[in-house]
Amino acid sequence: MAHARPKADVVVIGLGWSGSVIAEELARAGLKVVAIERGAWRDTASDFPPSVDTDELRWATRKEILQPPKLETYTFRNNASQQALPVREWSNLTLGYNVGGAGTHWAAASWRFNPFDFQPYSKTIERYGKGQLVPGLQVQDWGITYDELEPFYDRFERIAGTSGQAGVVNGDIIPGGNPFEGSRSRGYPTPPLVPSRWNDIFTEKTTEMGYHPFPVPAGTISRAYVNALGVHMGPCTYCGYCQLFGCGNWSKSSPNACVVPALMRQPTFEVMTETEVLHINKSADGKTATGVSFIGKDGVVGEQPADIVIVAAYQLDNVRLMLLSGIGQPYDPRTKQGVIGRNYSFQTLSYAYLWFENEYLNPFINTGCLAIQIDDFNADNFDHTGLGFIGGAGIQSLSNNGLPIGMAGVLPKQAPAWGKGWKKAFQHSYQNWAMIQGQGTSYAHEAMYFDLDPTYKDNYGRPLMRMTFDYNLNDKRSGEFIRKQCEAIAHAVGGTQVESYNFANDHYTPFRANDSSHTIGGVVMGTDPKTSALNRYQQSWDVHNVFVLGASSFPNNGGFNPTVTLGALALWTAKAIREQYLHNPGPLVQA
Amino acid sequence: MNRRDALISLVQLTALSVAGSAGASVISARTPMPVGTQPEALPKPPRKGGLAYLAADEAREVAAIYDRLIPQDELGMSASQAGCVEFIDRELAGAFGQAASVYRLGPIVPGTAEQGPQFTQTPAERYRSGLGALAGYCQAHYGKPFSALDGDTQDSLLRAMENGTLHLPAINAAAFFALLLQNVREGYLADPMYGGNRDMVGWKLIGFPGARYDYRPYLDKKGMALNLEPVSLLDGAG
Repeated sequence: MAHARPKADVVVIGLGWSGSVIAEELARAGLKVVAIERGAWRDTASDFPPSVDTDELRWATRKEILQPPKLETYTFRNNASQQALPVREWSNLTLGYNVGGAGTHWAAASWRFNPFDFQPYSKTIERYGKGQLVPGLQVQDWGITYDELEPFYDRFERIAGTSGQAGVVNGDIIPGGNPFEGSRSRGYPTPPLVPSRWNDIFTEKTTEMGYHPFPVPAGTISRAYVNALGVHMGPCTYCGYCQLFGCGNWSKSSPNACVVPALMRQPTFEVMTETEVLHINKSADGKTATGVSFIGKDGVVGEQPADIVIVAAYQLDNVRLMLLSGIGQPYDPRTKQGVIGRNYSFQTLSYAYLWFENEYLNPFINTGCLAIQIDDFNADNFDHTGLGFIGGAGIQSLSNNGLPIGMAGVLPKQAPAWGKGWKKAFQHSYQNWAMIQGQGTSYAHEAMYFDLDPTYKDNYGRPLMRMTFDYNLNDKRSGEFIRKQCEAIAHAVGGTQVESYNFANDHYTPFRANDSSHTIGGVVMGTDPKTSALNRYQQSWDVHNVFVLGASSFPNNGGFNPTVTLGALALWTAKAIREQYLHNPGPLVQA
Repeated sequence: MNRRDALISLVQLTALSVAGSAGASVISARTPMPVGTQPEALPKPPRKGGLAYLAADEAREVAAIYDRLIPQDELGMSASQAGCVEFIDRELAGAFGQAASVYRLGPIVPGTAEQGPQFTQTPAERYRSGLGALAGYCQAHYGKPFSALDGDTQDSLLRAMENGTLHLPAINAAAFFALLLQNVREGYLADPMYGGNRDMVGWKLIGFPGARYDYRPYLDKKGMALNLEPVSLLDGAG
C-alpha cells in the first residue's frame, strides 16, 4: 500500500529555476507547496565552497554534478528508419540532479529572447509570405508576446541579479547595448562584466565592420547585489569554474543562491529530496490530476495528493513524464496528429575557431558567459529575402574556457594530438586560441519528435524516452549563413589560422564537442490545442490543473540561451495561477 | 565522538526521522540542517601506496604508452614521471573505472557513429582487455612487449591504433587509443591531488594558475604574461 502524504495545494516536480521561482511565488501567497526533487539537497556553503569547487576533473570532466545516465537517460536516432540506442554517458547535455537543478551548474548567460522568437509564424508570413518556410517546418506562435512577458523578464532579472548593458529602454536606443533587443522597462540590476582581452579585440573589429557589439547579459554578476527576495549576492571573481560547477561565491545566479534561501523560510513550503516522481495521477474522468506518485531512495512508493500539479523538471523529463502519465495525445509523425513529443527543436551552432600568433589571452580569467555579441544576424534583424531560411544566430566572442583538460584537444587540425609536437602546440594554443560562436535559432520539423522507446528501460522497468532528431533544411541554411559570418570576423580580427564549422552540415550527434546543451520543446505552449500541449499560461489543454514549465514549452529556440525566458514564463504562470486560476479553477483559455 | 562523526550522525538522524514517515527526505523551514561541508562533498584524494587496480606488468605497459603520448622534453617531465600511471590506476579502481554513472542496461548493440559509445565493458575492463590485446600483438610480431620496443616502432603502432589501421582481436583499437589519450591528458592536467601533474608540470606547461578563485586583481592586465604560480586545491599536493 503506497504511503499517502497529507494533501498539498500545489505539488512541484523538480526544484530547479522554474520550480523554485513558482514555488516561492505560490508559497508566499499562502499556499501549501510541496516540491519533489530527484536529487539531493545542495547549498553553497556546504556543497561547493571554493575549497571544493575548483576541481576540473571531478566536475567538468567526470561531470559529477549531473544526473547520472545510469539513473535515467534517453535513446537517440537520426531518423525513424534507425533503431534508437541509449545515450550511455553524457557529452553535451547537462541535466541537473540536485536542489537547484541545472540552474546550479549552468554557464549563466542570461538572455531575453528577441520579440520575433515568440511570433515566428505571423511575423514571417507578414514580411516574406509562406514561401520563406521550407517544407515540413513546424513554425507557430507561442500565444504570448515579448511585450506581455517583459514585466516577468524584469522580475526574473531582479531575482537573478543579472549584469548587462541595456540597448533599448522604453523604445529609446542606448549606446553600447543591443539595438535589436525588445524594449525594456528599465536597465539591468547590475552593470556589465569587465571584458576579456578577446572580447576587446572582437568589439573593436566588429565595430569597424559596422556591426553593433554589446556585452552578453550575465548571471555571473559584476558587483554585490541584494535581490528582489532580499538575498545577498557577491561580485564575480572571474575564476572560470562556472559551467558544470556550483558557484562558491554567491555570485552566479542560481536557485541555490537567489531563491532557495528565501523559499526555505516560507512556513508553508517543504521539499522532498532524493525522491523521484513516477507519474502524475488523474481523476476517474481524466479531466483533472489528483497528485503524483513518487518513489523514495529507499524504494518506498508514496503518493502526494495536490490540487495543482506543476511539472518543472528538465525539458526531456517533462516530456517523458507527460507520456508516462498519459496526459495529452502523443505526437504521431505519420499522421501529424498529437502534441506530446511534437515540436522538438535544438540549437543550430556554427563556429569559427581561430589562433593568433603571439597573444596572451589568459583564458583562465573568464566566466561561463563572459562575451561580447552582435545580434546583426539574429532572429529577423536582417532581410532574409531570397535566403531560403528564417532565423539566424547571436554571434559572440566567448571567453568561457580556460580549464586545461578541456583545452588539451583544442588545437589546429594539423597539430599533433600527442608527443612532443602536442606539448609545443598546446602551449601555444592555450594562450592564442579564441572562438566565435554562432548560437543559432532552431525550428521544429514534422519528422523530428519524442516518444517512448520500445526497447530500453530505466531502473524501474519503465520505458526511456526516444529522441528522433536530425537537422532540417532551415537549420542547414541558417547554419551555413552564420558560419560564413563567423569566418569573416575571424579573419578580420587577425586570426592567422581559422577553422569554421556549420554543425548542421553533418548529421546531429549528442557527442559533439562544443555543441549546445539546449534541448527545446516537446510539450509546447500555443494558441491551438491541435498543435500545442499547453495554452499561453503553460496550462495543459487537456487536464486543467496541470501546468508544465521549462524549455519544453518553447515551440522553437531563439539564438540565445533559454534560462531567463523559462524563468520569466514560470513567473507569468505563477501570476495566472494566483490571480485567475485559484478563484476559478478551470481552463484559463477556452480551446 | 569527534566532530566529523557528530556531523554524520546528525545527517543520519535527519534522514531517518523523515524516512520513517514517508520514504523520503523532507526538508522544511523547521528541519534542523547539519552545519558544514558534508564528507561526501569534500575532495577525495586517492590513497597513497601500491597499485590499486593495474597489475605490475600492466602498469609498466601503460607507462610506456603514456610516455610516447606525453614524453619528457625541454618543456617538462613525461607522463609517467608526472604520476599519470598512479593517476589512472586509482581512476580505474574508482567510480570512473567501474562506469558507476554509465547507463549499462542492454541490449548492447553497435550503432551509428552518431549514436556514440556502446561499450559492453567498463573502462577498467577495457584497459585490461586492450593492454592484453596489444601485448599479444607485440609478442606475435616482435617477440617482446610494447615497452621493450624502440620509440619509433612504438609511435608507429600507436599511430596505427589512432587511425584505425591496426586491428587487435576483440577490441576496438581506435577507441582504446582515444581512451588512453584522454586519460593521460587528465593525469597530466588534473589537480595534483589525484596523483598526476607532479609539481604542477602540466599547468606550468601552459601557464594555467590552477585552483585559484579570484582574478579581479588581473582584470586590467590584458594581453600580457601574468606568470602566476599555480596552486593545488589541497595544500601540499603535488
